[in-house]
Amino acid sequence: MSVENKISTDIESYLKEHENKDMLRFLTCGSVDDGKSTLIGRLLYDSKMIFEDQLAAAESESKKYGTTGEKIDMALLVDGLQSEREQGITIDVAYRFFATDRRKYIIADTPGHEQYTRNMVTGASTADVAIILIDARKGILTQTRRHSFIVNLLGIEHVIVAINKMDLVGFSEETFKEIKSAYTALAEELGIKHTYYIPLSALDGDNVVEKSENTPWYDGKPLLELLDTMDISRKETAENFRFPVQYVNRPNLDFRGFCGTIAAGSVKVGDEVTVLPSGKTTKVKSIINAGDITEKSREVTTEEAYAPMAVTITTEEEVDISRGDMIVHTKALPRVSNSLKVMLVWMDETPMEPGTVYDIKRATTVVSGNFEHINYKVDVNTYERQSVHKLGLNDIASCKMVLTQPIAADAYKENRLTGSFIVIDRITNNTVGAGMIVGVSRREEDIQKLTTREYTDAERALNQYIRDNFPEWECKKC
Amino acid sequence: MITKERLTHLKQLEAESIHILREVAAEFTNPVMMYSVGKDSSVMLHLAMKAFAPGKPPFPMLHVDTLWKFREMIEFRDQRTKELGFDLVVHSNPKGKEMNISPFEHGSKVHTDIMKTEGLKQALNAGGYDAIIGGARRDEEKSRAKERIFSFRDKHHRWDPKNQRPELWNIYNTRINKGESVRVFPISNWTELDVWQYIYLEGIPIPSLYFAKERDVVEYEGTKIMVDDERMPEALRKKAKKEMVRFRTLGCYPLTGAINSTASTLPEIIKEMLLSTSSEREGRLIDKDQEGAMEMKKIEGYF
Repeated sequence: MSVENKISTDIESYLKEHENKDMLRFLTCGSVDDGKSTLIGRLLYDSKMIFEDQLAAAESESKKYGTTGEKIDMALLVDGLQSEREQGITIDVAYRFFATDRRKYIIADTPGHEQYTRNMVTGASTADVAIILIDARKGILTQTRRHSFIVNLLGIEHVIVAINKMDLVGFSEETFKEIKSAYTALAEELGIKHTYYIPLSALDGDNVVEKSENTPWYDGKPLLELLDTMDISRKETAENFRFPVQYVNRPNLDFRGFCGTIAAGSVKVGDEVTVLPSGKTTKVKSIINAGDITEKSREVTTEEAYAPMAVTITTEEEVDISRGDMIVHTKALPRVSNSLKVMLVWMDETPMEPGTVYDIKRATTVVSGNFEHINYKVDVNTYERQSVHKLGLNDIASCKMVLTQPIAADAYKENRLTGSFIVIDRITNNTVGAGMIVGVSRREEDIQKLTTREYTDAERALNQYIRDNFPEWECKKC
Repeated sequence: MITKERLTHLKQLEAESIHILREVAAEFTNPVMMYSVGKDSSVMLHLAMKAFAPGKPPFPMLHVDTLWKFREMIEFRDQRTKELGFDLVVHSNPKGKEMNISPFEHGSKVHTDIMKTEGLKQALNAGGYDAIIGGARRDEEKSRAKERIFSFRDKHHRWDPKNQRPELWNIYNTRINKGESVRVFPISNWTELDVWQYIYLEGIPIPSLYFAKERDVVEYEGTKIMVDDERMPEALRKKAKKEMVRFRTLGCYPLTGAINSTASTLPEIIKEMLLSTSSEREGRLIDKDQEGAMEMKKIEGYF
């Protein structure tokens, strides 16, 4: 029975099935000429996410700006801003949506040019899967290397290599194999976990939704089927429990709950937990899963909750817990440090110079800090390491970050949500950078010693005097 | 594959939206949630009630009343306010009220500019809100597909599409200077289908205008509009016919096109939506004024 048939004859059972859909977020990497927007337009069109009025609008615009002659320019269905439509390029991240019977999809559609690296990094930050488009006539280009590097840097474990414009190389198996073997080498060099290869023609729809008759030699799945069936689970419950405290909810004197989204792992009532960075311990008294709350029963609780649920936790003891703290299982503590090795992507026109103080927002924690040292900058095209003294727009570098307060620090590789941060300029308020924690810097031990030093009353008074009268020195409390 | 450990797409979307709402409550000093009485607003309200349970949302709801909303919308609004006990702020542009701005007389552009865009700006300035939570979704319109979840506005409430702050992971930059604000869209990643499915699953109350019923309608500027009160010019009113219709979006009655439909239950509405071939905003007259119309309106400060 076709989907339409099912919808028209038994909508209720259709809805029942669709309650249990999964969600997958993917990123498309490629430039104007690779047919990226065309591929997205095709996915939306073939999965019936494009309505007739939108199609009519695209048709009229095709005549004005179109680049495909008689055919409707699929790219015009997705290029959003008027300035982009005029120039025929995608300059910002756009999010698109479609759904199949199995999954709901969120596409991050990002520009491919080097000057838009930051936009691609942005799109990659939330994606589970990346589709890297390669023009079959051109093979692996510099941009392919760049896109692959970013995808890997942002921790995307599944890469679909879409070898597009196969119609223009006569659907040659030879060409497909050559590109596949060249990319396999690249993936190995970078350490990309899972790769998949598909010969495509986005313009005509070959191997997009249906298997193409033009590629009888291809024994894999068409793109949409592959997306529908790939296993992207990260086994959140197997991980260590991480709960960044987002908001303290105190509706009345009897209730004090800590709201947040579980970043990893799971938690049960009665679990022994530690609050970081203070190190105080307590037990979980109750858990409210916000999703379970209804208009009628506003006080439902649950025994266990797991990532990525939005929950509210209450504790046995009255412990001082506030926004920015991290609650973790006492049996699985992360390292706590103010000196971290990070990978930093610079996103602002004004260069980053070591020593400049920025605000760092990591999960719900905001602390000031600086990048004390640039270890090396990576050339995203050649992967060569360079020694530099400052970072310009789109530069990616390994740095040492020093914060004014210690934080519970997970490596990005282990936890995307507690291992990532953004950098905010304290004057313009702009998001000027994005970073990923690689690990705790080795000098951490020394700093730990410093922070546990005992001070005399006179020293404390001096510290207080400086903090009261010279705030611009950013003196820490002792 | 859905296991116990993997949330369904609706539960993932719900958790994401709740995270966003809490982030607003935690980071801003004077937030407000736009309440337009429509289905998306109903979902937002529902999410806000969940996010802060057992308490209530720590921010008020703001309704910009253009004075041309369907009568039922106002009744529904007041009833929900009473049932859920949230704070409601209602604002109508007093200048427009004085000038008796009418979509019939002054046209959709003037009416929308004065009663909606201006009215909104007045209400925001009067309230001094630093964060304004709205129910816009990225699937609604092409320029919205590019907007951030936390979307910065300068002190004139203007959006600069070419100069948006990068937005990564679920970390939102909430920094602003005095007078500036941020528009926050917690259901950015929901589609129309997600919204309907969620309303169905959670049993969220919505105005009955969404359900098909025999209503008095007239042909007006290429769409069917409902005769909701006496202010519709008599010449038009005389042409009224009873038809089975419903509304896919709710707004000012003279600017909101009805569609012929027999869908009188949620599953029937969803069925109709899934099988239909025109997008949701088609019945809304605002977007068609000019190509790229929504982008222009957003730059000027309209949501």
